[in-house]
Amino acid sequence: MDAFWLIPALPLASAGALLLSAGRMPRLWAAGLGVASVGLAALCVALLARDFLAQPGVRQITLWTWMAVGDFTPRIAFYVDGLTLVMMSVITGVGFLIHLYSVEFMWEDASLCRFFAYMNLFVGAMLILVLADNLLLLYLGWEGVGLCSYLLIGFWYRDPDNGRAARKAFIVTRAGDTAMILGLFLLLTELGTLDIQALQVAASAQWQVGDTLPIVATALLLGGALGKSAQLPLHTWLPDAMAGPTPVSALIHAATMVTAGVYLIARHYQLFLLAPPTLEAVAWIGLLTLLLAATTALAQNDIKRILAWSTISQIGYMFLALGAGAFASGIFHLMTHAFFKALLFLAAGAVIHCLHHEHDIFRMGGLRTRLPVAFWSFVIGSAALAALPFTAGFYSKEAILRAVWDMPGSGHWLWAGGLLGALLTGIYSFRLVFTVFFGRAHTEPDRRPGWKMALPLGTLCALSLVGGFFALPLAGVFPARDHAVVNHAVEYLGIGVPLLGLAVAYLLFLGRQVSIAALLASPVGRALQALWQQGWRVDALYDALLVRPFTGLCHWWRKEPVDLAYNAVIAAAHWGHRGLAALQSGQLRWYATSMVLGLILLLAAVLRHAA
Amino acid sequence: MSMPALILVLLAGGALAWLAQRASDELPRWVALATVIGALALLYYMAVELPAGSLALASDPRQAPSWPLYLKLDWIPRFGIALEFGMDGLSLLLLALTLLLGLIAIASSWTEIDFKPGLFQANLLWTLAGVCGVFLALDLFLFFLFWELMLLPMYLLIAVWGHENRAYAAMKFFIFTQASGLLMLLAIVLLAWRGASAGNGVSFSYLDLLGLELDPRLAWFAMLGFFLAFTVKLPAFPLHTWLPDAHTQAPTAGSVLLAGILLKTGAYGLLRFCIPLFPEASATFAPVAMSLGVAGILYGALLAFAQTDCKRLVAYSSVSHMGFVLLGLYAWNHLALQGAVVQMLAHGLSTAALFMVAGALQQRLHTRDMRAMGGLWHQAPRMGAATMFFVLASLGLPGLGGFVAEFLVLAGLFAVQPWFAAAAALGLITAVIYALWLLQQTFQGAPDERRQMADFGVREMLAMGLMMIALLWLGLYPQPALDLAQPVLDGLHDSALQPPAAPLAAAGSAP
Repeated sequence: MDAFWLIPALPLASAGALLLSAGRMPRLWAAGLGVASVGLAALCVALLARDFLAQPGVRQITLWTWMAVGDFTPRIAFYVDGLTLVMMSVITGVGFLIHLYSVEFMWEDASLCRFFAYMNLFVGAMLILVLADNLLLLYLGWEGVGLCSYLLIGFWYRDPDNGRAARKAFIVTRAGDTAMILGLFLLLTELGTLDIQALQVAASAQWQVGDTLPIVATALLLGGALGKSAQLPLHTWLPDAMAGPTPVSALIHAATMVTAGVYLIARHYQLFLLAPPTLEAVAWIGLLTLLLAATTALAQNDIKRILAWSTISQIGYMFLALGAGAFASGIFHLMTHAFFKALLFLAAGAVIHCLHHEHDIFRMGGLRTRLPVAFWSFVIGSAALAALPFTAGFYSKEAILRAVWDMPGSGHWLWAGGLLGALLTGIYSFRLVFTVFFGRAHTEPDRRPGWKMALPLGTLCALSLVGGFFALPLAGVFPARDHAVVNHAVEYLGIGVPLLGLAVAYLLFLGRQVSIAALLASPVGRALQALWQQGWRVDALYDALLVRPFTGLCHWWRKEPVDLAYNAVIAAAHWGHRGLAALQSGQLRWYATSMVLGLILLLAAVLRHAA
Repeated sequence: MSMPALILVLLAGGALAWLAQRASDELPRWVALATVIGALALLYYMAVELPAGSLALASDPRQAPSWPLYLKLDWIPRFGIALEFGMDGLSLLLLALTLLLGLIAIASSWTEIDFKPGLFQANLLWTLAGVCGVFLALDLFLFFLFWELMLLPMYLLIAVWGHENRAYAAMKFFIFTQASGLLMLLAIVLLAWRGASAGNGVSFSYLDLLGLELDPRLAWFAMLGFFLAFTVKLPAFPLHTWLPDAHTQAPTAGSVLLAGILLKTGAYGLLRFCIPLFPEASATFAPVAMSLGVAGILYGALLAFAQTDCKRLVAYSSVSHMGFVLLGLYAWNHLALQGAVVQMLAHGLSTAALFMVAGALQQRLHTRDMRAMGGLWHQAPRMGAATMFFVLASLGLPGLGGFVAEFLVLAGLFAVQPWFAAAAALGLITAVIYALWLLQQTFQGAPDERRQMADFGVREMLAMGLMMIALLWLGLYPQPALDLAQPVLDGLHDSALQPPAAPLAAAGSAP
């Protein structure tokens, strides 16, 4: 499999064909092309993986030199190692399942062709992102996936709210990307290259651990990662991004694109290891984000928004792992999260699809018997999300918590926070399951998911159960960590706390032994509910601090203030003109008087001078 | 002789188009189309007839033989004024852009103009002739002549075929450009006079005046004369206020020419004349120029977002984009200069396309007010897709020309002035805000189901497709353009760095 440039080229070519057809392609062809191209790409990845496992080693390919200005010669070139392979497998594998699912979900939409074009474009851009051998090409993929995210959030363009959500996503992530591109400038100026491998070698040779420059450079790169991966303080766009079709949420806003920040940091781990303060910041940002998002998820009613906040929270765990230096565990959680979160979103999509586009979980209920496929998907997905023992999520989250406990310095605090997050995860995920699938039915489904939906759900169920046993080919990519001896109490707590979360959710939402209404009615409960419902009011804060001042300034300047200066010149000319014109009255006596006056003045001046 | 022939073809074509109006109303546009295609063919012939590799040689702009194409005819020998033309890679790139956008301008006004179509096409071609002259002239007096030549027909295009407030806009455009042009004339005469006093005989030739040693104070004022003329045209904050009015009121073809190529003459002037003629004064002035560049980027972007008139929005986005050119030129290193050149090309294409869309919307809906639009994707999906493409090009999406330009400019600038680069990078965020707002206001949102609107036809999609391909090419493989500009930029860069005496000594010692 030497021609692995085919992997991104296939979906890109398909996207091009779909776009050029301008919506005139028959629906079946459009859907077939969209699914088949990603399927073929997945097949290529599988062939490459077989090749790679038989004969490990880095593979590189250069297509052409993008631009050459002096010594700056970024290439369109791909680089494959174990990390790339894991990312590509997730992107094309989960991507293929979601594409297949979309055929049924989107079949009745008039713009099916446009949908598959954008989805394929996304897969192509995401593959370029993970394949890129230099930061500039990575940035191309990075912005490309951002564009597709924008296009797909605003896919149903007739509703201005969708447009607003789409623009918010683009603008907020662009803020992070701008920090990132400044990081690129810094690296290019200081190290003279943007080749990811070369620049890390140069950085290790040129910089000492803890120097200012690597700290600044990694902090700027981190800005990009925070935007794309929806971490504090740039996380606000992701919940609104749920305005897009549900398969989009599953693919872009859960499984792949939002984990690009995790990939970015893991890919540049040598650089980040030179900057311990940045890594420490990564860990704390991860922890704060995961707690903020988990508490917010507790108070949401919209099924997709719960999952969105849980995505933010789970990426927080990945950042926690990266910050603790456990890069492989972060990537492991990235993969298992892709399985179970895609599963949860697709199952939620099935519920929404069968329930006349209902999103409110309190208007669902009792769907256990009515939609068994969705029910079992949700049970397995939530179990993996809550990290119940023997699910995929259990193994990856365990690895993270263990590594965090091990971290010198603030490790124990971070671990305790992560554990609290695990408890909250258990509560909010089973709150969702118990509310939607048990109890009294409020809405009757009008259809059941067909095979194109059930097959991806079943596959993802299996992956969410056994994904924890996959051995990732990451040997040699990341520095080896010696397995520290961890206190047994730590391990037991890690196993027990998610179960405790499940128990709490049972007591509150299914068994009703403890009244949730009483809790909510108390003043503290009410305040917390209001605060959490609005995501700790971060949106309101940004609105007051950034959005309003900006729009206010724009409105104030609308009429071009610079013109005031030029208008002053015009006004002066006008006044001068009027003044001088007034002298030309045409009246003889006025002329005579002024002549005499002028003569007198002149004489006076001359006489004065003579004297 | 091919260089004056190129200009003469366009001048004569214009006269012919005017005459053709007597035959029929359709004939002038065919004449104009044929003229521009003929000029393109001539340019192609000029490019392939060049001695092999002459465009790739590192050139010294002070030596006539190092110009790939050079011509000098006597004109007013008494004052050292000559018909002196020269073409190198940079001029070739800009000429190609000029003629390509000339085609686009004719295509965009194909059905728009009813009043005196012959005179309209004539003015259009004469503007092109003036621009080509600006890109070719090496005699400063001749340069000034062409500078004025492109101004007058453009004034008429706005004043006669413009929209409701055209008289005001045309007059504003004329006064700004004319006043600053006179300052440049003053500076040119000053420069020639100093050259004569230095004892080389009076000459207006760029080749003779380059590297002239000047009293620093004098150089400062002469530099300002050039700088003002070119930054009014560019336009740079705070000399830009003529632009939104002129663009808004101009007919579509006028906007396409104005944004696509007339603004580039300002950038070309700075790059070819202002900085190389006064390297020391420019170096001292660079922080001011860069501040103006950053101010233009942010101010233009903010005001673009504030507009309700779609043409005005695109006009302010031009102010923002040209700020990057100013930054790239005054950063004065290889990366940034290449970035500035690519930005000239990319901005020319993407903004011309957006003006074409805005013009098409006005022709169909009889309004430019975006509040009256919305959901147009439903009625005109092809137009919507094209608009989306150029909006993305305008906000600097990687893979399209604008990104290469902005990246190179900022990367080059970062090496010399990191804080300026950081401030200018804020423009990457504000660009997204106004660009997506344009798309949202026009093509997205709830459609008015009763509205009838024609989508883009074959002619319009051809023009759009041409510009899309060019932008993709600039974004994914800009090397041919970079290679054309590289030796020229190297030559200008080195000539400005070296002390004036050195090259003469080097030439003397060469066998």
